[in-house]
Amino acid sequence: MTDAMPPVPGLSMPVLSVSGLHAGYGGKPVLQGVDLAIRPGEIVAVIGRNGVGKTTLMRALIGLLPAMQGEIRLSGNPLDTLPVHRRARAGIGYVPQGRDVFGRLSVEENLRVAESLCVGRRPDLQRAYDTFPILHERRRQRAGTLSGGQQQMLAIARVLIGQPSLLLLDEPSEGIQPSIVQDISRIMVALNRKTGIPIMLVEQNLDMIRAMAQRCAVMDKGRITADLSAQDLQDRSIMRRHLAV
Amino acid sequence: MASLLNLLYQCGDSFAFLVLSALGLAVIFGMMGVINLAHGEFIMCGAMVTVSVARLGLPLPVAIACGALVAGVIGIVLERLVIRHLYGRPLDSIVATWGISLIATQGTLILVGSSLPGVGTPFTSVSLGGNSYPVYRLLLIAVAVALLGALYLLFNVTRYGTVARATIALPHMAEALGVDTGRVYSLTFGLGAALAGLTGGLYAPTMTIVPTMGGTFLMEAFATVVIGGTDVFIGTAPAAAVLGVVKALATSWEGQLIGQVALLVAVIAMVRVLPRGVSGWLLQERG
Repeated sequence: MTDAMPPVPGLSMPVLSVSGLHAGYGGKPVLQGVDLAIRPGEIVAVIGRNGVGKTTLMRALIGLLPAMQGEIRLSGNPLDTLPVHRRARAGIGYVPQGRDVFGRLSVEENLRVAESLCVGRRPDLQRAYDTFPILHERRRQRAGTLSGGQQQMLAIARVLIGQPSLLLLDEPSEGIQPSIVQDISRIMVALNRKTGIPIMLVEQNLDMIRAMAQRCAVMDKGRITADLSAQDLQDRSIMRRHLAV
Repeated sequence: MASLLNLLYQCGDSFAFLVLSALGLAVIFGMMGVINLAHGEFIMCGAMVTVSVARLGLPLPVAIACGALVAGVIGIVLERLVIRHLYGRPLDSIVATWGISLIATQGTLILVGSSLPGVGTPFTSVSLGGNSYPVYRLLLIAVAVALLGALYLLFNVTRYGTVARATIALPHMAEALGVDTGRVYSLTFGLGAALAGLTGGLYAPTMTIVPTMGGTFLMEAFATVVIGGTDVFIGTAPAAAVLGVVKALATSWEGQLIGQVALLVAVIAMVRVLPRGVSGWLLQERG
């Protein structure tokens, strides 16, 4: 198996390993050879200017965009040839930009749709409700009537039903008020500590990145160009350079 | 009193015919955005199977169920072979389903002949207020209402319904939540086809069974779906109710022909008042 990064001593096989990934729209590759590995238990933020391919990377990982070239492995198993629903069932928990809750379905129905993720095991709605108690309170309400923050919680709770082996969060702070962004960051970090689930986060919001990420992969022109440590994350000048739009 | 009761019966009868004609078409159009011009042939298929099975000596309800089942299975097969490749291409799917319709009509004519011997209408008539009403047609009114209710429950209470509504709203997100959307579309098309087959079976005892019989239903089905729009539940039933009243009033005033004319005039007038996206466009396409 070819890893995107050399194996780190003392850590097991990466949960996600991406190598040489090319993908894009209408034959034009936006991703031009992405190499990336997410190890068990980590929270990694993918940062970079607008249009460098962060969302494209997320969509390519879940399979909404076909890979033109390269390899995606989840816990060592190749994902490239699987359709979207099979990748989701294999353990990719994808929370898209803009949340995409089913607005005309109730909160509980939104969660029930995600029961399709559970093949051969009993779906556990209670776990989702325990992580986000507000959703239990609102379970009969139409998802379209929830606030942005609550919709984000629902979008995350939905993929948790499948007990994913990796969470992909695409701009979870977008359009959400700062206090709720803090709440969500706190809940996600707690979940990561408790269950060890690795999280890959595409984000522009520096506060959220600092609150959650242990390292940052910097994207530029369709590739990962730098890897920033937790110390770098605290350095304003470094972060500003990489996040500047 | 007697004439009022008669008019009420006429309204109910037209309503049932419109609802039963339209349901399969409405499910496929509303849930999948596919305009199925072979809808009438699924109805014809249901009717043919029903009379064939009934003539073997099996009870009529069993025969009707067989008609629905066979139409549904053929629907699923056609979805896999043809329709699946044309999602997101409404015009192409119209041409393809029209082609299927022509092949089915002519194929049936060659294989089965110009008509099948029918089965008699079961039950007799009841007298009310000096007029007599065929019990079977009264039963069809009840079946139409019951089917609307059953479909409502299917889409709002069952797991298939929840997943289907999610798939229709945001197919990509449903997939990312593990839903095999191909299977959902396949089942939904099969459901629409089975509903059409059921309609054919239900009306088989009341009609002459000929390969072109689908046409009788198709016009009324389209009228109802055009007015109803994309929502099966808040669309089809009220549209059928309004058109049913219009048609019954005009028919009792000047006969069948004027009833049909009034129906079309009502459709045109309502689309002018309520142009509803694809529905309006559809009428334009069909002239």
